[in-house]
Amino acid sequence: MSAHAPSAQAHEGYRFARADELHPHDKRVIVGYGFWIWLISDIILFSAFFATFAVLSENTDGGPSGRELFSVTTVAIETACLLFSSFTCGIAMIGAHAQNRAMYYWGMAVTFVLGLAFLGIEIHEFSELIAEGAGPTRSGFLSSFFALVGCHGLHVTAGLLWLLTMVAQVWAKGFREDIQRRLLCFGLFWHTLDIIWVGLFSLVYLVGVAPQ
Amino acid sequence: MSQDSSGPHVSANALPQGDAAPGDEHAGFDIASGIRGYLIGLVLAVGLSAVSFYIARSTIVWAPSIPIALSVLAIAQMGVHLVFFLHITTGKDSVNNVLALAFGILIVMLLVFGSLWIISNLNHNMLPMEQIMNMQR
Repeated sequence: MSAHAPSAQAHEGYRFARADELHPHDKRVIVGYGFWIWLISDIILFSAFFATFAVLSENTDGGPSGRELFSVTTVAIETACLLFSSFTCGIAMIGAHAQNRAMYYWGMAVTFVLGLAFLGIEIHEFSELIAEGAGPTRSGFLSSFFALVGCHGLHVTAGLLWLLTMVAQVWAKGFREDIQRRLLCFGLFWHTLDIIWVGLFSLVYLVGVAPQ
Repeated sequence: MSQDSSGPHVSANALPQGDAAPGDEHAGFDIASGIRGYLIGLVLAVGLSAVSFYIARSTIVWAPSIPIALSVLAIAQMGVHLVFFLHITTGKDSVNNVLALAFGILIVMLLVFGSLWIISNLNHNMLPMEQIMNMQR
């Protein structure tokens, strides 16, 4: 074999495969890798919002700072929602892998409820801030805060809609090869949102309320 | 190995063998070991979060070092999420995913620390706001 395929053995380099050469498994690797690249670009987008917030976090223009505005209890509940939803999303992905419908549907249902609870708490928090006169137009600090946390909230919203479509696709089409690839991407997306939330609750909320 | 055996199986060489998709379970996993992996990740993540929430409001850590401590805990927790939830591991089959992530982290670091560095330098060189106001009169 080694004598017959010297190029593959000698270089061990990547080469592009024609579509008809691909195994189903290869396609899964390519789709997952491509989506991973996109997720990393999304992380870079968030890092720009993080940098903006870090630069502007002291610029309160005489208005309220994070210490006066943030509720640690609220953030703890939000964190618990997202952490457990990441776990249940993982359970749903195992269910999909094992083609166990009950496990998949229950995992997705709990993930959806937890994600929706997170979103509800966040919308409530935002509306309270705006009602207190601490809306995004109050100061540079609050503009960057709403942009950063709101961007994450929009991603969670998109994730919840995607979750519903994935439930519908499995319901209508079953655990087909292409549906499994979409589920792989959805799982990666949901877990990545959780990683971004780790940065948010640690560096925005907790650093904001920490004693100086 | 007969030489002919590799002939029809062109697709076997289509990709370097052993690349894993990000997020994929390792080969030969069963439901129990899969759940165990997520459970370990959940316990570690909840533990690290709890420590973060605790030290942010206690006097157990010297106050000026709390942001650094929180950053370290956050990075540790991101690592836990990457390994146990996204299955981005240091294994040989995950090198493609890790390299992409490493490049992403490089860009993130340049963006965040570059912005902080430049803007703090500008702030440092800027006149206090009262003096600017006086100059405009």
